[in-house]
Amino acid sequence: MKKFWISLGVAAALMLNGCGGGEKKEEKKAEAPAAAPAAAPVDDANAATVTGKVAFSGAKPTAKTISMEATPACARAHSTPQKSEEAVVNDNGTLRYTFVWVKAGLPDRQWPAASNTVALDQSGCMYRPHMLGVRAGQDIEVTNSDPTNHNIHPLPKVNREWNESQPPKGDKKIKQFAREEVMIPVKCNVHPWMKSYIGVVNHPFFAVTGEDGAFTLKGLPPGEYTIEAWHEKYGAMEQKVKVEAKESKAVDFEFKG
Amino acid sequence: MLHRFSVLVACSTLLLVVAGALVTSNDAGLSVPDWPLSYGQLMPKMEGGIFWEHGHRMVATTVGFLTLILAVWIARVETRPWLRILGWSALGAVVAQGLLGGITVLLLQPKPVSIGHACLAELFFSTTVAIAWFTSPAWRRGGPNVEDPGLHRLALAAPVSVFIQLALGAAARHKALGALAHIAWAPVTTGMVLWLVTRILMRHSGHGQLRTPALALVTITFAQVFLGIAAYMSRIATVDAPQPMKVMVVFTSAHVALGAMTLACSILTGIQVFRYAGRVSACPTIPEALPANS
Ligand SMILES: [Cu+2]
Repeated sequence: MKKFWISLGVAAALMLNGCGGGEKKEEKKAEAPAAAPAAAPVDDANAATVTGKVAFSGAKPTAKTISMEATPACARAHSTPQKSEEAVVNDNGTLRYTFVWVKAGLPDRQWPAASNTVALDQSGCMYRPHMLGVRAGQDIEVTNSDPTNHNIHPLPKVNREWNESQPPKGDKKIKQFAREEVMIPVKCNVHPWMKSYIGVVNHPFFAVTGEDGAFTLKGLPPGEYTIEAWHEKYGAMEQKVKVEAKESKAVDFEFKG
Repeated sequence: MLHRFSVLVACSTLLLVVAGALVTSNDAGLSVPDWPLSYGQLMPKMEGGIFWEHGHRMVATTVGFLTLILAVWIARVETRPWLRILGWSALGAVVAQGLLGGITVLLLQPKPVSIGHACLAELFFSTTVAIAWFTSPAWRRGGPNVEDPGLHRLALAAPVSVFIQLALGAAARHKALGALAHIAWAPVTTGMVLWLVTRILMRHSGHGQLRTPALALVTITFAQVFLGIAAYMSRIATVDAPQPMKVMVVFTSAHVALGAMTLACSILTGIQVFRYAGRVSACPTIPEALPANS
């Protein structure tokens, strides 16, 4: 009997080792992107433009209602219940919150750095905006406009993962993602309905569709490109497009429900 | 008195397992990014996910202190050395469990750590149940030995397969494996339990000390299978929901709690078999070690 229980203890200890052995988390270093040839201004005179719409066909999805009752401060912020922004079809039949970007085909060069800061606010226990695009290394200003605690937890696969809390009206956080990654989901575990997506791109040719479902990628050098449209629910699709100098071409996408 | 206190510890531990299950089901594990403090405080505002995560930490702290008292108490009044060791092992397990919980928060839930935390939780609960059993009057009363050495292997296989099933469930919950392995192993576990219970009931139904845990084990196991189906269906039904839905949270957490009870009950049955079933004339055989499974 004695031995039996000692061995159970030993087994438990081994368990601990066996089950908890992988504690070391791979620290993905936030390295700067590989040095590319020096930045040269985009040749505006010859720049081409790709425009388009992200259409949606099939039955219009019904937006799921969010219950904020677990956090009264969140519920009080809204007069009517909020809807999930996972699949929003605009009145004109286009799809909102689609990330459109030039996935391949750009010359290997450094693009002029972005000078502005991109805002990600937590307001009414929703992320504002629901989807955003940034350049690699560009500042993202995370703010909390709510009278409640949030935690901000991006779940990247390529960039470094982090999880930080932000108290009511707490100090803003300035964050960057060093490497290209489409897309990084962002979650709040205090309010599990809160979800946002950040697209991190090495160049300035990206857009997020809004209420009109349209996008414009301008200032492109002449060339042949792969354009990707990425949606959190309906997946990603690609199209190839070739633009000459000063040319403007339309590339339309269609997601099926 | 010690027995009553150890029952309290076991019940509190079951509550702790439920609290932990609620954290995972509500996806609240990382709602408090810091540890051991919560939002830099001992008592943050208990809202949303923080209610589940910080509540879990509070119950865990309580159980930790209860276990400390239990281990000291056992060490002071118990004459059985192996029980004293078991008391200290329980304390070691609960401390390790707290550290694993902290590590999983600080390292953003690495799967092996989260799964290890879940596995150790089940083992710790079983340990508290075993202590409650060893300190009970029924244990002291004892019973007659029966001739059935072949039962030992079954009595070992059943808890081991239950534990594997719990580990697979934890792996599914923390997305290290799909639910398929957990579902596929369920009939094996149920089969092992049925085999053990049937053999006890067919051969030793007159032996109350063997019959009672066997009946409890088969009852819990069957309830657990149905609860597992309910948990799975509730998950499928709410997969598109924008947040964890109550029906899924309730069924899943109940399934986790009953899983812990299944393991504890299978280990108790095993203990009883090792105590009473053997070669009546010879000393009971003692296994050299439990396999350090998964
Ligand atoms: Cu939040």
